[in-house]
Amino acid sequence: MDVQKENSMLKQKQMLAGHFMDLATAKESGKKVVYTFVPGNLSELIYTFDMLPVYPEINSLQSGMRKKSGDYIRDAEDMGYSEDVCSYVKCDIGMMLQGNIGPTGQKLPDPDLLLLSYTGCFVFMKWFENLKQLYPNSEVAMLHIPYQEAGVIEPSAVQYIKDQLEKEVIPKMEKVSGKKFDVKKLQKKLELSGQAEDLLIDVFDSARHRPSPIDAYFGGVYYIGPIFTAFRGSEDCVEYYQELKKEVDYRVKHKLGPVTPEGVMKEEKARLVVEGPPNWTHFRNFWKIFYDLGSVFVGSTYTRVGGVYDDGFRHSPIDPLGNLAKYCLGCYTNRNIPQRIDLLESFITKYHADGLLVNSIKSCNSFSAGQLVMMRELEQKLGIPVGFIETDLVDPRYYSYSNIKNRLDSFFQMLEQRQSVKVSDEILSDDVLA
Amino acid sequence: MKLYLGIDLGSTTSKAVIIDEHEHIIGRGITNTRSDYRVAADIARMEAEFNSRFTMLHRKLKSETNGEIDWTEFFSHLQDRFHFLQFRERFYKLVDAIKSTLSSVENIDHRTRMQPIIDNMPDRILSVIRDRFFSGEVSNTSDFFRDLFSSAYMNEIEGKDKGVYDQLVAIYDRAINPIENENIKFDFGQLLTEALVMMPDNFKLNHQLVKSHLEVVAKESLEPTDYVGTGYGRQLLPFEEKHIKSEILCHAMGAHAYFPNTRTVLDIGGQDTKAIQVDKHGFVTSFQMNDRCAAGCGRYLGYIADEMSISVSELGPLAMNAEYEANICSTCTVFAGAELREYLNLGEKKENILAGLHLAIVQRAFALLARSGGVFNEFTFTGGVARNTAVVKYVKQLVIQNYGEMNINCHVDSIFMGALGGALFSARRK
Repeated sequence: MDVQKENSMLKQKQMLAGHFMDLATAKESGKKVVYTFVPGNLSELIYTFDMLPVYPEINSLQSGMRKKSGDYIRDAEDMGYSEDVCSYVKCDIGMMLQGNIGPTGQKLPDPDLLLLSYTGCFVFMKWFENLKQLYPNSEVAMLHIPYQEAGVIEPSAVQYIKDQLEKEVIPKMEKVSGKKFDVKKLQKKLELSGQAEDLLIDVFDSARHRPSPIDAYFGGVYYIGPIFTAFRGSEDCVEYYQELKKEVDYRVKHKLGPVTPEGVMKEEKARLVVEGPPNWTHFRNFWKIFYDLGSVFVGSTYTRVGGVYDDGFRHSPIDPLGNLAKYCLGCYTNRNIPQRIDLLESFITKYHADGLLVNSIKSCNSFSAGQLVMMRELEQKLGIPVGFIETDLVDPRYYSYSNIKNRLDSFFQMLEQRQSVKVSDEILSDDVLA
Repeated sequence: MKLYLGIDLGSTTSKAVIIDEHEHIIGRGITNTRSDYRVAADIARMEAEFNSRFTMLHRKLKSETNGEIDWTEFFSHLQDRFHFLQFRERFYKLVDAIKSTLSSVENIDHRTRMQPIIDNMPDRILSVIRDRFFSGEVSNTSDFFRDLFSSAYMNEIEGKDKGVYDQLVAIYDRAINPIENENIKFDFGQLLTEALVMMPDNFKLNHQLVKSHLEVVAKESLEPTDYVGTGYGRQLLPFEEKHIKSEILCHAMGAHAYFPNTRTVLDIGGQDTKAIQVDKHGFVTSFQMNDRCAAGCGRYLGYIADEMSISVSELGPLAMNAEYEANICSTCTVFAGAELREYLNLGEKKENILAGLHLAIVQRAFALLARSGGVFNEFTFTGGVARNTAVVKYVKQLVIQNYGEMNINCHVDSIFMGALGGALFSARRK
């Protein structure tokens, strides 16, 4: 069954088709190609040099959704990659080994520059070491983002990143693109990014309403598409979020629930916050478990993986390199555990969630480490039911429907129980007041 | 009388519990039938109904004799005989099936050599097993039909004719499954009347009194007012969605009903281990389950028992006689089997090996408890594996070692906690 398409979705599809066409014809058009990662990506800077970004982890998740990741992972394991290596990496390597055909069926161009900015995930470094072996002629630029160990962005960390941008990244980009750095061009893009980010936060905050007009997890991964991938800093991106906000405002006004693959959710029975990425190989099947039971996600940390805007950060033309540094430092997986707990707590309270679910990913240490501590602390602090399941990003061998369903059945029934206690406690306190 | 039924379809055994309107258990039933969950549910329910009728009969007699007679021993003997008669019915069917399988053996020489062994086997086995029932030995174990028959059968064929030993085992293997999984319809009144005849002489004075209530009790409707199914097979029950409940919630509810101060429940079942945290209402706040691997669960013990050619119920008592725990490093069932054989080859005592295996299971369960947030006072241990004395010993040891002194509960009904929780959910439904 096809997902019910809204205008924003159609626009995003169009944008993606255009982007992949640009990539497919990059060599003919003379455009240079930069492979880089989503968390803390420097899209605005890449476009300032008229280069095109490719995100290997996005290719992997797309391969997962198109049921190709199993074969790609097998090929990578045949090459010697262990079962325990991140499945995004293996899927990406496998895809390249099989001709690097992208999600639209067109071949992706080889990279001219491998821009390694790694925020919170040190696998990225090994990943690009391997890509460098596959593409020995590409240039490499490294941007090291210090982890927020103390839970604050230190001025010295900002300066450290600015120095790297000035001395390492920008000179490499000038060399590869053959163009001089134009700060005004970058500032214009950063301004547009800020506008799109304002709109995105409005969309996420619409989950305050009952029923929530959005599913901030399964729908959310579509909503973050343009801003975390190839389009931030463009007019198209702003227009996409204007369209999306219009649709969400309409649903709020008419008290409509989120759009699912089987239409608008009829009744909202449980509101959840989720920690951890979704499973991509069985995305629809996974989503269905929730919407069939009227469960909606009102908050998700995964949709902050590319950047966190909830505490006020926006891209801005003021001090452009410092602004890019703060963006990279603020990414979700670059935050320490107490900061992640705070963010989850704010979602749970702000969006009136009934429970917290953790989807722990076998392949992803940067997300999974610390999740049990986070879960327990929130359970004790907020007294909410918590649930824990395990899946993987794109390795289909680690998605066990019956195990997941069995655990989720228990979790949903825990929520029901808690709601019945809440009701009787409320009745009791009413009696006392009377 | 309003009755509520809970059925727990586990991966190894299926349990049923019937409670009355005061939430008192009046009947428990259990079966190891696994071929078909519906059959398993029916058998467990029938057993719970028989058990309920015994409870009702007991209550009536106690009330009629104004509590002047202690009927406990009487009913213990009566139920042993009743269960023997149930066993005997299935036993005859199995003997017929074995004989029929024997007749299809094509090698005439083998068939001829096996014939006298099979012909002489039934009376001797039945006599041995009858003694075990009548002495009360069977009711103190968790042995099912298969366990009882197979140990007696193996003893019977052992050392008879080595040349056909394997074939004798194969004949049994082929015959047992359909018989074990057959839902035999028993008549409570008829079996009870027959059981009364078998009672020891010193209880015969009470027969008339029992018979005077038998007809009423045998015919009393035990149709539940409401019911809930839980466990792994719950989705296969012909129940509406509202009659299905997660086993996590049911185990927690059952444990909390017995021990209301429980805050942490450890349940080790056939194929999974659950570490459950509960609140003052008996409601689950969080839980962790083993994922992707069932090493350390009940099936692991079954595998080890098979490897050692003993019954599951013998494992715990043997391990309790260990001098120390052999170090079992592996938590993989198959590898543990390899380690077991290695130790046996090295001449290690099986008691010590078994103690090491039991400790390994409990250590694995404790890793799960740690993931779920630890152990809080009170701690209740449930599930079929809680019947194993050695596992209970190590659970208590590790709770105290890791979390300090606290109340540790392990009820004789631990295997029925899920079914009890189901029955309680149905009774408390508004």
